Amino acid sequence: MENAKITLESLAPGQSARVLALELPPAEAQRLMEMGMTPGSTVKVLKRAPLGDPIEIFVRSGHLSIRNSIARAITVNLA
Amino acid sequence: MNEFEIPHIAIAGNPNSGKSTIFNALTGLRQKVSNYPGVTVEKHEGVLQVEGIEEVHAIDLPGIYSLNPRSMDEVVAHDVLLGMRKDTPEPQIIIAVVDAGTLERNLFLTTQLLSLGKPVIVALNMMDVCQHLGVNIDVAQLERRLGVPVVPMTASRGKGIPELKSAIRNMLSSPTPTRDVIEIPPAIIEPITRLADELVSAGFVHAEAARGEALRLICTQDSLSRPRYNPVRERLRPLVEDSRTRIEQSELSWYAVEAKARYAFIDQLMPGVRGERRHQPLLTERLDAFLTHPVGGPLSLAFIVLLIFISIFKLAQIPMDWIETIFGLLAEWVITHVPAGPIQDLLTEGVIAGVGGVLVFLPQIMLLFFFIAIMEDSGYTARAAFILDHWMGRVGMHGKAFIPLFSSFACAIPGVMAARVIDNEKDRLLTIMIAPLMCCAARWPVYLLIAGTVIPNVAVLGFLPLPALVLGGMVILGVVAAIAVAAVFNRTILKGKTTTLPLDLPRYRRPQIRTLLHVMWERSVLFIKKAGTVILAMSIIMWALTNYPRKPETPAEERIQHSIAGNFGKIIEPVIAPIGFDWRIGVATLSSLVAREVFVSSMATIYGVEVADPHKTADLQARLREERDPKTGKPFFTPLRGICIMLFYVLSMQCLSTLVVVRRETGSWKWTGFQWLYMTALAWGVCFIVWQGGRWLGWG
Repeated sequence: MENAKITLESLAPGQSARVLALELPPAEAQRLMEMGMTPGSTVKVLKRAPLGDPIEIFVRSGHLSIRNSIARAITVNLA
Repeated sequence: MNEFEIPHIAIAGNPNSGKSTIFNALTGLRQKVSNYPGVTVEKHEGVLQVEGIEEVHAIDLPGIYSLNPRSMDEVVAHDVLLGMRKDTPEPQIIIAVVDAGTLERNLFLTTQLLSLGKPVIVALNMMDVCQHLGVNIDVAQLERRLGVPVVPMTASRGKGIPELKSAIRNMLSSPTPTRDVIEIPPAIIEPITRLADELVSAGFVHAEAARGEALRLICTQDSLSRPRYNPVRERLRPLVEDSRTRIEQSELSWYAVEAKARYAFIDQLMPGVRGERRHQPLLTERLDAFLTHPVGGPLSLAFIVLLIFISIFKLAQIPMDWIETIFGLLAEWVITHVPAGPIQDLLTEGVIAGVGGVLVFLPQIMLLFFFIAIMEDSGYTARAAFILDHWMGRVGMHGKAFIPLFSSFACAIPGVMAARVIDNEKDRLLTIMIAPLMCCAARWPVYLLIAGTVIPNVAVLGFLPLPALVLGGMVILGVVAAIAVAAVFNRTILKGKTTTLPLDLPRYRRPQIRTLLHVMWERSVLFIKKAGTVILAMSIIMWALTNYPRKPETPAEERIQHSIAGNFGKIIEPVIAPIGFDWRIGVATLSSLVAREVFVSSMATIYGVEVADPHKTADLQARLREERDPKTGKPFFTPLRGICIMLFYVLSMQCLSTLVVVRRETGSWKWTGFQWLYMTALAWGVCFIVWQGGRWLGWG
């Protein structure tokens, strides 16, 4: 069986997960990590914007809006 | 005393942490705003108003999440704090403003500030939010762990300001430098030390700040590409690369090291410092349930935008009438006190009409800035960006471009300036390039005149007046053109990665009236200064071009015909004839480069009709309707010709003032020239197709 990865994008609003890896170019990954999304941190999806993109997440005491294209590159592990 | 000899303190912190409120509380009214030379980052400076302290200056740095110098704001903050800017003295003390409501994330920057080796005071702001949430913060514990004084405060209500002032007093009299609190992975201690030594010996940083700077060089992509590293780049590069290799060997990403280390420290510190949140929804959460709701969000955004527009146009009308009256009286005074002749004409038709025609928009611009400041200060802007991000993203723009584009509906000048909220250079440039396509207030008089002249006043569907529909169509066309142009540029000349930066959604807060008035005042002064200098000069030049050479015997209404501009209009007639313009329309269009609405007064001059108020043009409309085509004898101003004139105004860059601002904001004549060219070409091309096509169909 293929090892299906769960990404942040696939989470439903209200779900929490632990960040595994950010499969993004260094500059973008660094930004997100500085804003709290380091591997190991807990992230919660709060809501989706109209048309389902971007999504609002809660990570390390802050609310952030990230685009699906980014959320797709963040692998998580359901807590 | 030289500015560099005066002690400076710097105020640093995340955006929305209440930095400016603290800066205002510390400096009172003794502050000034300028630009850091060479970049579009505002520099806020002030004199500290603290008893017992004399001549200490404060700098409010741009809001940043990290000290790693990538965006313009970060570069400026980083360079000021490390004393790397020639225009700004190195600060002796840093006030690290921290939002207690988003403590973890704010502490990331705080620990970076600790790595600079300077005395730091933490201003733990917005404690009221924690109280509301029932969250307890152990300030003494936080102080102990960070090793610096922590002052709990709620700056918006003045709480904690006296304590912060006394902390500053103590720190100035006995400065205690800080040291970084994080643990550097053992694998890179050796290369970091070497890198730090190189930086110190090359004179880039002080010994205390060197390790932090070395870590930033390792973790930030292309960190060595900044010109300041030119002399030492080849010496530093192997050290940076060696460090990165070593990090990768220990199964870590090189760009993740700093964030991991700092958050490891923060994670370890938090449980002892902050208590659990008792469940109690914040106002923000309740508001966002509606304001970012998939249906309620867009609806409320549309409602807010509409409300702002209506208020701008309604509320501004009264002061706009005053300004017109004042300039009218001024013109009368000149006419009675200055003998008739070129000087009188220069003053009335050149200076007063030109500057007055632009200054009349001041009330609208002030109101616009007032509303934008409310949206910014309350935290609503981020929600608007959240709602619109997807659509904007499709044409390569960031959700934040909403504010500059929205502003451009009043005037492209504040719109282009507001593009500063966009961090990514490419996105900002794209936004500036399309902002002037939004229908600014100065286009309205042109549309009103032409639509009133050529569009039959019939009701569509029994109740919608056709001229109003045409006007609405022109406004929508501007937006459509902007979207199309953005989509094209995004795939061609402004290709490149659209910013996918996370957008912070801060808590809502009550806008501070002081901040609102302050922002409004600053912007207005900028605008007035522009009207008094550049626009004044251009008005005089335009006046001269439409009046000279002149002979005393030429009657006023024929003067323009024999002027340089008039002759020029006749020379370019072959170029503009294919889009339905004759030399008169051409001259009026050229003269409206000062401000689009000048088109109306120029047409009035050319056709010898007195028009005191550009919004009341019934006489001129009647005169234009009488005008016959000399060849056919039919009415000259046909609906098709009128539509071409309006289309030209929708699309062309008919505003020198905007070009001046674009030049300043992009720092590039190339982009400014390009913008003028593409907009003019687009306008000409569309008008050509419409005019020729319309005539072929037999409408003209």
